[in-house]
Amino acid sequence: MGTRLRDMIRSIRACKTAADERAVVAKECATLRNAFKDNDQDFRHRNVAKLMFIHMLGYPTHFGQMECIKLIAAGSFPEKRIGYLGLMLLLDERQEVLMLVTNSLKNDLNHSNQFIVGLALCALGNICTAEMARDLAPEVEKLLHNNNSYIRKKAALCSLRIVRKVPELIDYVMVPATALLTDKHHGVLISGVKLCTELCEGSEVALQHFRKHVISLIRVLKNLVVSGYAPEYDVNGITDPFLQIRLLRLLSLLGKGDSETSDNMSDILAQVATNTEGSKNAGNAILYECVKTIMSIEAIGGLRVLAINILGRFLANRDNNIRYVALNTLVKVVSIDTQAVQRHRSTIVECVKDSDISIRRRALELICALVNVSNVKPLTKELMDYLKVSDPEFKGDLTAKISSLVQKFSPNKQWYIDQMILLMVEAGKYVTPDVTRALVVVISNASELQGYTVRALYRVFQAWDGQESLGQVTVWCIGEYGEMLIDNLNEVEGEEPLTVTESDAVDVVETVLKDIRVSPDTVAFSLTALLKLSSRFSHCADRLKGLILEYKGSVVLELQQRAIEFGSILSKHTNIKTALLERMPVLDEATYYSAKQVEVGVDANQTAKSGPHSNGHAKQPNGVAKHLAPETALIDLLSFLPDEQPSAPHQSSDDALLGSLGANVVTSSVPPLSGGADMLLELLSLGTPAAPPLASQESPLPASSQSSLRSSLLDADPFAVPKGSVVSHVMSDQTHNGPASNADPFANLAPLSKPTAAKNPAFPLLVAMQTSGLKITFEFTKQANSPQTTIIKATHTNLSSSPYSDYLFQAAVPKFMQLQLEPASSNILPANGGAVITQVIKATNNMHGQKAMVMKLRVSFKADGQNNLEQAQVNNFPVGL
Amino acid sequence: IRFILLQNRQGKTRLAKYYIPLEDSEKHKLEFEVHRLVVNRDPKFTNFVEFRTHKVIYRRYAGLFFSLCVDITDNELVYLESIHLFVEILDHFFSNVCELDLVFNFQKVYLILDEFILAGELQETSKKAIIERMGELERQE
Repeated sequence: MGTRLRDMIRSIRACKTAADERAVVAKECATLRNAFKDNDQDFRHRNVAKLMFIHMLGYPTHFGQMECIKLIAAGSFPEKRIGYLGLMLLLDERQEVLMLVTNSLKNDLNHSNQFIVGLALCALGNICTAEMARDLAPEVEKLLHNNNSYIRKKAALCSLRIVRKVPELIDYVMVPATALLTDKHHGVLISGVKLCTELCEGSEVALQHFRKHVISLIRVLKNLVVSGYAPEYDVNGITDPFLQIRLLRLLSLLGKGDSETSDNMSDILAQVATNTEGSKNAGNAILYECVKTIMSIEAIGGLRVLAINILGRFLANRDNNIRYVALNTLVKVVSIDTQAVQRHRSTIVECVKDSDISIRRRALELICALVNVSNVKPLTKELMDYLKVSDPEFKGDLTAKISSLVQKFSPNKQWYIDQMILLMVEAGKYVTPDVTRALVVVISNASELQGYTVRALYRVFQAWDGQESLGQVTVWCIGEYGEMLIDNLNEVEGEEPLTVTESDAVDVVETVLKDIRVSPDTVAFSLTALLKLSSRFSHCADRLKGLILEYKGSVVLELQQRAIEFGSILSKHTNIKTALLERMPVLDEATYYSAKQVEVGVDANQTAKSGPHSNGHAKQPNGVAKHLAPETALIDLLSFLPDEQPSAPHQSSDDALLGSLGANVVTSSVPPLSGGADMLLELLSLGTPAAPPLASQESPLPASSQSSLRSSLLDADPFAVPKGSVVSHVMSDQTHNGPASNADPFANLAPLSKPTAAKNPAFPLLVAMQTSGLKITFEFTKQANSPQTTIIKATHTNLSSSPYSDYLFQAAVPKFMQLQLEPASSNILPANGGAVITQVIKATNNMHGQKAMVMKLRVSFKADGQNNLEQAQVNNFPVGL
Repeated sequence: IRFILLQNRQGKTRLAKYYIPLEDSEKHKLEFEVHRLVVNRDPKFTNFVEFRTHKVIYRRYAGLFFSLCVDITDNELVYLESIHLFVEILDHFFSNVCELDLVFNFQKVYLILDEFILAGELQETSKKAIIERMGELERQE
């Protein structure tokens, strides 16, 4: 075997090029194939060895598989050895040829020669299939009791694999496995412990069974820990760390969820934790496993503190591996025990600056989990400092994390605004639109800080470098609070005085406007800001007008629209201009935040920035071109909305402004909805000023609805209906949680219908909607066990003389309610009340007792070949619902 | 343990032992990926990398990379130790082992590995025992 094999290897290695090598290999393969065909007995094992080498080089060697099997069936040990080796290398468990080996394996398992038995077990353990496992399990189990520890060891691991393949055999193996636990030989012990671990993971019964043996396990571990120097198993001064770790793993499994067992273990765990030396890797490995074990069992507080201290020591270790491992574990620990981890905060902060990126990431996650109100300031400062020096890929993550931290934990608004400004200056392009929006919300809410903010932004702007977010916020603030900038209103103490003239302020906006790096959205912001400034500043009217009108011919539709409309406001409608351009009302932070936290895909955040723009648009007199997005049929639907409330455009602009902005513009999640019809539903849910295309980047709505929502549709919508959850009755088994809404906007709205509810204490019949052609009544019942839930039976009657088809009923509710619509009885409504459609609605009022139910209805149907749409709002639900 | 790979710096696999079923082509792809992953890492970095849905623990000895692929929940440090133990055994067996030794005696290396790890788990932790065993096996020839 030796020389010929060596020669072949040498010749292959001597090849200089790949082509050469292929040639040599091909020749060898040909020789081998001939040899196999000739059934060459003597050199078979040498040939198979050669085959294996060729396989390792990566060439196909399927023709040799049968040879391996023949070798295995042969009598002598060397042949068997090569045969099994070849088997394990050239085949895997998915090959059918493996079945042929089963018989040989069986014979070998019963062989008298322990080495042959060992070989067989080895092969079986590495590549057996489920059938083979089943067939040979009895043999293996018998071997578990064998006197020879070598065999026992292999049999244990072989059973491991069998059990993995055929979980039903767990019980079969359980009892013999227990015997292994008390073995003297370390090899057997290790294998036995691993087998038991696997059994426990697989079956609850086994877990219970082994719990009883915890005491003996502990004893073994104790022996290992306190025993003196044992040269055979020693690794760097520690006796058999592998076995110790295996035992710890098993103990953690056994102790999990079981406090009695955990108590038994605490002594030994404490001992291991304190006695093991942490200077070498082996010791650290044991400590790490120990910590993991402590964390997973029901440990007492003291033990946990010990574990966390160990982790703290790890963190300070210079070895990257150890630090990585420590950070990893701390992330899991921090949810259980934040206090203890706080102590190591400074070390963790150091880790954030480490050069290894995986350590940095872990440290960052950990910090975010650690932050609370008291330490947010110093931590943020550290993170900001680091932001300046971090590399670009990391900056994005870091920025996102910092902004979320700041948002959640800022102690006061001024600090928040400061931090955000700093953040935008440093890493403006990584700041997402959500964050900018939140900032704007905060600013608008913090009336005392508005002057301060706009001045701070102005100062910072001198160093502007094209960062989108900074530009947007600055421009918006200047637009809103321009006069504060000029007149130094509302100075916050400690603020340096700043003299800014009107033209300076306009310069700033112009710079943003003209910069080529900004996106069209920012330009749109700037245009609006200029418009607003025109009412706040007295001297620059012409300049402002000139700037705006430059965009009259812009190729971006949105910009062109704005330019033209603004231009016309400035020139023709100066009388209402001031009223139009009053400051935006306070944006509602609370609803914004709670909306943000609603899981259900409330991604469709349209920015408050839509506010000013729709302000500009919304109450334009009818002379202005209707800027409804051309895209969708939805426009038609909404276009009639103003018709239904003709008074709206002529309401005092203040009211209208208030109304249109009352609630946060958060659209409800509509991911489950599909298809075009659903855009209707989204409309209903929208009800609020839609962001113009500007906000498109910020509203990742389902694609279909995106364009429609963006359109300044809702400029036309006077309702400012807060988002309700909209459920179409065709999708009756979905419930949505609508985003939060204020009750106020509802109050502002003039109800569309004139509901004629009789106020009875017991739930009376409510006429939800009645028009000339349609009547909808509600009957209420309460569910017995949940007072919050009301079952409403809605009855739809056709009062006109033509039948309605394609009748579709939809309902919307505010955020504190949930709605579930059952399928309607039909969608055809014969004329003159010939038959009725009934539908069951389940409404849950989460603020039962605090807020009354309200609901907005919309009905669409086809009559006389025409599509009709009716809407109504039901405010007067009986008290007690 | 899902698989063990020994690769040199050029990417040639000197030893490959798989404890999970894989097609040949998949194996080659995997070896290539692991090699690329491991060769490019700075020595200052940790010895653990995330690889697909598992972890690879690797260590470089002279021109050879020893890589072990394990589950996410396994204790990385202990596998580092086991790599080291394996190298020590090889060293002892071949007396100052070098890459060439491994190439020319690959079947012996596999045998040693089979004594050390079975079914993807550590089998024997005593260097002495394994060396003894190998001696006995040799005598059987």
